[in-house]
Amino acid sequence: MNLNKKLLFGLAAAAALGLSAPMLSAQDAAPKSIKIGYAISKTGPNAGGANITQIPNYQLWVQEVNAKGGLMLKQYGKRIPIEVIEYDDRSNSEEAVRAVERLIEQDKVDLLLPPWGTGINLAVGPTFNKHGYPQMTFSAVTDRAPELAKRWPNSFWFLGTSKQYIDALVDLLVKLRKEGKINDQIAMVSVADGFGIDLSKAARAGFEKAGFKLAFDKSYPVGTQDMAPVIGEAQRSKADTFVAFSYPPDTVALVEQSRLTSYAPKVMFTGVGTFFPLFPQRFGENAEGVMSLGGWSKDNKATMEYREKIRKLVNRDPDYWGSQIGYSSLQMLEQAIERVGKIDRAAIIKELQTGTFDTVIGKIKLENNMPKDAFWLLGQWQDGLYVGVAPQRPGVADLRVPKAPWKK
Amino acid sequence: MSIRNSAFSAAMIALIVLLAFVPLVTNGYQLSLAINIMSYMVLATAWTLFSGPTRYVSLATVAFFGIGAYTVAVLGEELSWPLVLAIAFSIGFALSLIVGLSTLRLSGVYFVIFTFGLAELVRQLVTWYEVNVTRTLGRYIFIDVTHAQIYWQLLALAVIVFISGWLIQRSKLGLALRVIGDDEAVARHVGINTTLAKVVLFAFSASFMTLAGAIMAPRWTYIDPAIAFNPVVSFQVLIMALLGGVHRLYGPVFGVIPLVILFEVLLAKFPNHFSIMVGIAFLLIVYAIPRGIVGLVEGMQFSLHKAKGAKA
Repeated sequence: MNLNKKLLFGLAAAAALGLSAPMLSAQDAAPKSIKIGYAISKTGPNAGGANITQIPNYQLWVQEVNAKGGLMLKQYGKRIPIEVIEYDDRSNSEEAVRAVERLIEQDKVDLLLPPWGTGINLAVGPTFNKHGYPQMTFSAVTDRAPELAKRWPNSFWFLGTSKQYIDALVDLLVKLRKEGKINDQIAMVSVADGFGIDLSKAARAGFEKAGFKLAFDKSYPVGTQDMAPVIGEAQRSKADTFVAFSYPPDTVALVEQSRLTSYAPKVMFTGVGTFFPLFPQRFGENAEGVMSLGGWSKDNKATMEYREKIRKLVNRDPDYWGSQIGYSSLQMLEQAIERVGKIDRAAIIKELQTGTFDTVIGKIKLENNMPKDAFWLLGQWQDGLYVGVAPQRPGVADLRVPKAPWKK
Repeated sequence: MSIRNSAFSAAMIALIVLLAFVPLVTNGYQLSLAINIMSYMVLATAWTLFSGPTRYVSLATVAFFGIGAYTVAVLGEELSWPLVLAIAFSIGFALSLIVGLSTLRLSGVYFVIFTFGLAELVRQLVTWYEVNVTRTLGRYIFIDVTHAQIYWQLLALAVIVFISGWLIQRSKLGLALRVIGDDEAVARHVGINTTLAKVVLFAFSASFMTLAGAIMAPRWTYIDPAIAFNPVVSFQVLIMALLGGVHRLYGPVFGVIPLVILFEVLLAKFPNHFSIMVGIAFLLIVYAIPRGIVGLVEGMQFSLHKAKGAKA
């Protein structure tokens, strides 16, 4: 009897403990905020790119989520606001690695957003991977993206490889040649830095394979301002197609020099900067017909609304390549978290890899941690909008060739 | 005296052993901070090894640091690690001999400008090579080295730098260098081969910097010339050494630790105003403590001593 009583009491106590423990924790553990951290280049050479493509997206997304009351976590049955912790990596890989470690170990953030640029995203890759945080890069282009996604299954490479952009460009040029709109000569220049070297290397192989001849193929150092010799030689080369893998200051200088010397190639393709808001501001009507990477859907309401929101937030347009993709990646992250219903990073990564998501650029489903046919690879300025011209998918704009002559 | 010496050695050995345990008791971030301190400790001490006694202000630190990193990027996946480090050391040594022979006849501000230009020159040469020969700019470093291993290597390197510095100071070379630092013309007149002395020391200092770069490279996964030859590193090393005090080999230690921690605090508290805060800190250091923390402490001891003497 005594023993039974004791046993009964013990059981009751155990049951009470067992029942109350999870109830208590469910109420108490609901945190005040979900901590989201990022280290990004606020100073140094990367700051310009980070400020155009990345930081406004982070600000907009956090603002919108918090306006709704936060992220809906089923685990606690309520919305929990986002708290942001940000550091400046000073455009330095070593600083970035340490800042990310600090975010994880000291600040104990629930999730991380990626830094800006290929180099720094690769530098922090092992740290994200070691601690199992999803890394959704949208400012990194590397031909090793498929290999990296295998090595670090938590890493996502939204902008993909340089080869996919070159393949799209070669396809367009082959079609134009078949239609008799251009000859088989191409003049190519590239900046002697990561972007220019990777893309010109892929382009050289792609053009030759498709039977084009490189009438002119030169690289110039970062910071070159005088483009007169380059444009002069391109003009003399008799190529109908001019391709430049350039950075923003050189892109502007190249287009300006072409205008001054009335150099009018039938296809004019220039590099980073072409799809920045400053480009049409600087060149007005003369921007018409210039091509580059990226592109914008001309009749997608959601993307246009997104542009309005960014305009309101930072008083300028987003860029027409990475920005929209970056914002979409944040929407994917938000949906993945809410579907999982709790901060379970492994489950969130799994959901990102396998789920289908609604974003401002349309439905996205990833394949090997990269989006497939989800956005424009190439665009062209047409009637004041930078529209997508490749790949061939719904909403594609017809390429306008030859480029209209310069207006002085 | 010998008792004091052996007590000192014992204390040093105890300190090294204690420091070796750091990776076992820290989390990833703290270890990362320790690695940062250790790497700047090596760089600033190696810098002081040459610039302290000779008073030649060098801004070439990152040229050698970057060469070390690039050696790992090129050879790291093909050769065994000790061999890679040995090659990095040799490249740093050979290059600094060439550079030293051609430039250490310069003095004063000409030398400063040249060394700053050297870092840029190396960066442009590497870029030129990559653009025109390999046709790829970034290099990937996939070497499995843990952060703890990086820390231990840096610690070992720091010990080697200190021991070499100590041995050099006690040698004829050290005496020659002190004479050069005080007055180079006098040094030449008393028969010191000033060029040889400077070049040898410059080569050792530079090779240690190269090794530091090689050890640190696996932390970054990816390097390109802009990452490897970031001029900010040279300036930070300079200011850390100056804060600590360059007339003692151990001086920089007292500059590295506070500045690394200061940068870390500024970065955390003022992510948007970092540069201006650092600028103010630099101005304060140069104006308020021109002889560095070690100089300040020694000065205080000296005046205390004098005050006591006056009383008695």
